[in-house]
Amino acid sequence: MEALGSLILAKYNYWAVIALLLIGLYAMITKKNLVKKIIGMNIFQTAIILFYVSIGSKKGATIPIITHGHGDASHAVHSVEYINPLPHVLMLTAIVVSVATLGVALALAMKVYSQYGTLEEDEIREKIMESEPV
Amino acid sequence: MIWPLDIIILTIVIICGIAAISIKDLLGAAIMFGAYSFMMCLLWSVMGAVDVAFTEASVGAGVSTVFFVAAVFRTTRRTRD
Repeated sequence: MEALGSLILAKYNYWAVIALLLIGLYAMITKKNLVKKIIGMNIFQTAIILFYVSIGSKKGATIPIITHGHGDASHAVHSVEYINPLPHVLMLTAIVVSVATLGVALALAMKVYSQYGTLEEDEIREKIMESEPV
Repeated sequence: MIWPLDIIILTIVIICGIAAISIKDLLGAAIMFGAYSFMMCLLWSVMGAVDVAFTEASVGAGVSTVFFVAAVFRTTRRTRD
């Protein structure tokens, strides 16, 4: 019981990641509005980015900038004092890609609105059924 | 990482995420998503990922909110859920 409590308390970042993933997935599956679906997709992406940044963080470490940079090359770098910067660099790419995805998705939603006059998924399906009956 | 600050910001992030998908107005949802992104940016600067934090503040919170507001103004604010 104590081990379970310490597991829940010590890994609180990962529980927040799980909660945000579930919020994003719920919005993508159950919401009928297209813009709400796109917001859910973005929340899902940010939760994954939070997961990767949580992997790289350490207790008692500082930001990954070496204080004695130029002209002091003989100084040893203790990597335990710095947060791992590799997940940060990967996630910079993921943020830029998520904005590109958002732009394409919103452009497609605007195209759907200009064609059908609504953003609700079930109304769009009704209009498709009306125009071309199977 | 400072754990009381972390837990407070994580709670606000989750509340903003729930609010962004449950508000029955698309402009309000876009604004709540901007607040969510700024809280995420604060969380990353607390966790020591400063480069991710300022990229998120400019690209995630700024440009994404502008995209959402532009798309909502060119389509409609109405939503049923």
